[in-house]
Amino acid sequence: MVNYFPEEVLEHVFSFLTSHRDRNAVSLVCKSWYNVERFSRGKVFIGNCYAISPERLISRFPRVRSLTLKGKPHFADFNLVLHDWGGYVYPWIEAMAKGCTNLEELRLKRMLVSDASLELIAKSFPNFKSLVLVSCEGFTTDGLAAIASNCRFLRELDLQENEVEDPRGQWLSCFPDSCTSLASLNFACLKGEVNLAALERLVARCRNLKSLRLNHAVPPDVLQKILARAPQLVDLGAGSFVHDPESETYNKLKNVMQKCTSIRSLSGFLDVNARCLPAIYPICINLSSLNLSYAPGIYSKELVKLIRKCKKLQCLWILDTIGDKGLRVVASACKELQELRVFKSDPNDVGNAAVTEEGLVAISAGCPNLNSLLYFCRQMTNTALITVAKNCPNFIRFRLCTLDPITPDAVTMQPLDNGFGAIVQSCKGLKRLSVSGLLTDQVFLYIGMYAEQLEMLSIAFAGNSDKGMVYVLNGCKKLKKLEIRDSPFGNMALLADTGKYETMRSLWMSSCKVTFGACKSLAEKMPRLNVEIINEGDEMEGGSDDRQNVEKMYLYRTLVGPRKDAPDSVWTL
Amino acid sequence: MDMISKEHKKEKLGFEETELRLGLPGGGGIVNGDLENSQKEKNLISCSNDSVKSPHRAQVVGWPPVQSFRKSIVAVQKRNSEEGGGAAASFVKVSMDGAPYLRKVDLNMYKSYQDLYGALGKMFSFFTMGKCDSRGMMDFMNERKLMDVLNGSDFVPTYEDKDGDWMLVGDVPWETFVGSCKRLRIMKGTEAIGLG
Repeated sequence: MVNYFPEEVLEHVFSFLTSHRDRNAVSLVCKSWYNVERFSRGKVFIGNCYAISPERLISRFPRVRSLTLKGKPHFADFNLVLHDWGGYVYPWIEAMAKGCTNLEELRLKRMLVSDASLELIAKSFPNFKSLVLVSCEGFTTDGLAAIASNCRFLRELDLQENEVEDPRGQWLSCFPDSCTSLASLNFACLKGEVNLAALERLVARCRNLKSLRLNHAVPPDVLQKILARAPQLVDLGAGSFVHDPESETYNKLKNVMQKCTSIRSLSGFLDVNARCLPAIYPICINLSSLNLSYAPGIYSKELVKLIRKCKKLQCLWILDTIGDKGLRVVASACKELQELRVFKSDPNDVGNAAVTEEGLVAISAGCPNLNSLLYFCRQMTNTALITVAKNCPNFIRFRLCTLDPITPDAVTMQPLDNGFGAIVQSCKGLKRLSVSGLLTDQVFLYIGMYAEQLEMLSIAFAGNSDKGMVYVLNGCKKLKKLEIRDSPFGNMALLADTGKYETMRSLWMSSCKVTFGACKSLAEKMPRLNVEIINEGDEMEGGSDDRQNVEKMYLYRTLVGPRKDAPDSVWTL
Repeated sequence: MDMISKEHKKEKLGFEETELRLGLPGGGGIVNGDLENSQKEKNLISCSNDSVKSPHRAQVVGWPPVQSFRKSIVAVQKRNSEEGGGAAASFVKVSMDGAPYLRKVDLNMYKSYQDLYGALGKMFSFFTMGKCDSRGMMDFMNERKLMDVLNGSDFVPTYEDKDGDWMLVGDVPWETFVGSCKRLRIMKGTEAIGLG
């Protein structure tokens, strides 16, 4: 029956399936569908680069044009993972260069990317169009120069939050005059100078440029010239926004901004004089996304004056200098808000965060469409969380971070179990959750009971006993990533359901109570898991004591066995 | 919220079960005498003992969970605001026609045009040697002679202002100049036609 349709028809039908999950499901139906699907698959997403090898990728999907790879575990963002733990992209590029040269798009997150990798990309893929690097490191602007010089059809170069060395600073001038295809250029994270004249010329000749994010080295007068050349921009990241409001440049900038009626997304302001913000007022009404989280030193009053005009805002990233009062204004002005992130204005200081549960409650009351939250706050209460859960049942991502990791309910001094319980009970579509504050096993009972769609859970300093972790492993059927730090979960929890880990992408446990012996027996029992122990200190030398607690453990399912590129301090059991 | 059953309410939530009690490292605050907990003490340093509310939580590794990239940006911004003070950078590049490399000066170091000329003269004296003295030796410290070079017809000091226009140095009050000067160029007199 399923062979009724010729392959070309099947392939055409499959071309309407864009989600990886749908395509994965389709490939399981029968051999014929598996083959049609695999030859027509253009985009592949690999959530853990060590789960599969590049050779197997290419042999299954020989026509892959777009590859997404993720490397280090999430907690690497917070310095909990060694710099050289792994996640090298070079082997992937090498393999693709030999076996799959029609690669057009590469998206990497938390990977180690060398200049040699970038040079190899530039040389090997004649149709290369799009490079997106998020939270990667290991490369310099020399690598970027190679990409700029050689990728004739480059459409997108998007660098987000990477640590990049800048020895020469001339990479921008490497775009040849014949390069006119750029639609998206984001170099906001680069620390060095750029050739401003080359930048202006590049913008002038790329008539399709829709997204441009500049770094701090682009001064306002150049920004003004760029905007005059590119009024078609949809997404703008201003670099430096510091000038004298009395000056001619500022006047010119104001005039040119008014003509940029296509801008829907604004970010940057890495250097800003708040008195210059009025230049942006004319475009506020069109904004759907505003990121001021890297803009230092803007007082709440000025932030509020700006945001108040952004009536169509759907996504707001802001610093906690906005305060609860400011959040109330956001709640009254931005009725379409879907995503809110409030960051600590001084992440290196363990002082007071400026927002509390009141700001969050106000937002939830004013913005019923809120579905994604990241909130760094000084304190929280169960009542507030219960109210938020009632007001906003549509949360997909809910990440709360209290300044003190085990702070209780600020009013009742009780654990925050009930508050988070309300969130998981009310938000039936919740996919990602980070909990914080004083929490007992109870909250995990609720999570296991109610969080049916949960895919990623982050736990820190929470729970009383193994039961907590077991509730989660038993209850959350769709769990993909579980990361736990500084919580009293031990061997019983780790070994309670070993088969579960093959249904998940990965498990991270650090500063918990799992021992070497338990990790070893897990590794023995489950050959399709890599169980890695990361030792940074002097703890284990030579033979390790089975009863000793493991400082950091990272396990993940894999089809290709232990990796060969782990540094000495990482043991695969 | 009725979701909590009576049994759960009865369940003891004694903090002694939490095992994350914070005490002085190696001290009596460690629950159950469990030495393995001291591993956690490595990460947690706190002065409070058994208190549920500690307003002065000391630093915990990786908490609050802020991306290290974000932290480094903020650190740089903080440094810049502490050093710079004002909105505009005071260092400007100085080029002299014919000189093989450029220099940088901090305009905030000078109080007047004369001060600036003196400094520029010293910086570029090497390159004006051939032009201003018939002897083989050059008196580097002869400020007046150097200023003559600059004030004379051979070289003209010009600057690029915030609007990108090239202006002759000396027309506006010193403070205004400092606020609007982006770079300096000491032009050969012959090229400076039209600026004077």
